[in-house]
Amino acid sequence: MTRPEERELASRLVAEIRRMAAEYGRPLRFMEVCGTHTVSIFRAGIRPMLPESVALVSGPGCPVCVTPDDYMDKAIAYAGRDDVILTTFGDMLKVPGSSSSLAEAKAAGADIRIVYSPMDSIAVAQANPEKKVVFLAVGFETTAPTAAATVLAAKQAGLTNLYMLSAHKLVPPALRALLTDPDVQVDGFLLPGHVSVVTGTEVFSFVAEEYQVPGVVTGFSAIQILRAIYRLLQMKCAGEARIVNEYESVVTAEGSPVALRTLGEVYESADAAWRGIGVIPKSGLRMREAYASYDIERAVPIDVPEGIPAAKKGCRCGEVLRGIIEPPSCPLFGKACVPTHAVGPCMVSVEGVCAAWHKYGQGRFSYGG
Amino acid sequence: MCLAVPAQVLEIEGAIGRVSLSGVTREISMMLLPEAKVGDFVLVHAGFAMQLVSEKEAEETDALLAEMNGAPRTVGDLSGTVSAMEAAGAR
Repeated sequence: MTRPEERELASRLVAEIRRMAAEYGRPLRFMEVCGTHTVSIFRAGIRPMLPESVALVSGPGCPVCVTPDDYMDKAIAYAGRDDVILTTFGDMLKVPGSSSSLAEAKAAGADIRIVYSPMDSIAVAQANPEKKVVFLAVGFETTAPTAAATVLAAKQAGLTNLYMLSAHKLVPPALRALLTDPDVQVDGFLLPGHVSVVTGTEVFSFVAEEYQVPGVVTGFSAIQILRAIYRLLQMKCAGEARIVNEYESVVTAEGSPVALRTLGEVYESADAAWRGIGVIPKSGLRMREAYASYDIERAVPIDVPEGIPAAKKGCRCGEVLRGIIEPPSCPLFGKACVPTHAVGPCMVSVEGVCAAWHKYGQGRFSYGG
Repeated sequence: MCLAVPAQVLEIEGAIGRVSLSGVTREISMMLLPEAKVGDFVLVHAGFAMQLVSEKEAEETDALLAEMNGAPRTVGDLSGTVSAMEAAGAR
């Protein structure tokens, strides 16, 4: 699409969104559940284009942000062992545990290495046969198959010193938890594009069928996001609830069969704790018994004393993650909690809701404006 | 975290592929996308090819990433367009 064409299409979409919002007549709240969408919406200045009656709220779409304190405490405890090398994606370093972070552990001498891919852990394990190499396996359905594939590759290579500390999260059970939470009101979902590459769209059908809430799978450009909002409004006005795929170039109904098979070979679903939400049934992944020797928690159990998160008093990440409040309603936002000195995880990750609000002027930001 | 970026497959050897990713050549795993062939465009996430994409989709995503990394493009025009519409009373 050329720039004039994009401009023309965006204008038409915004005009239609406004017309339909006026026709609908009541306020609407649409939620995105993907950190990349959160950032794209700010960057593209989508909010200022929308009529006042259409609110965009952010859900628990940042895997780093929903990782609970006790997981970080465990990671820090493993990192503190002399026989352990921790490998992790970079954005986990600054996430606060109950009283410390991996960045602090690293400064104190722990061997923590930032990797681009879980697969990089294999070379680290091969080069350090006397050490236990532990990869911090976090992420949604997009990332989880890459950890599973790494375990299969380690098995094939005969490696016995590579482990996962798993805290993967699954998006559909989180949507169900939000839909049954009386404090959360959502009239439609912008569904995550790249999670859906793996899961397909079919897994989201319960959102429409059981809860009569529409959803649109979409990509990350301004046009794609506007199209998704347009589709949601169209369905609201027609009184319909369906799951629509607006990202057909890469997303299918059934998802990626190889990724799903790989994931299912190594992992099975299990109850998991989400920061701010609590335990959601079957919303996480646990390594199957056949792969228990790659699960650091079972291979080398560690006791972590329950921390006292005194420093986080007042932090309202939990409500931010469920879209109940916007970041400025938190007493710490922009004061005690800023990106350079984050109290809560929503301010730590670049894809965190608070970090995005802070960076882009509390939602009033309009790019180039 | 779940963002996947487009790349073109230059070589495949076993389960390892060499791709050109925003102009940089690097190795990725083809384990999750065994059907990919040399010359194909793929979405790469955490060092793994995840999905085939068309060259057009790859180009569009590349442009989007450039924009997300700070290159001023289209988005300013979009909000400009809306302001202009508002000014013209086209609500």
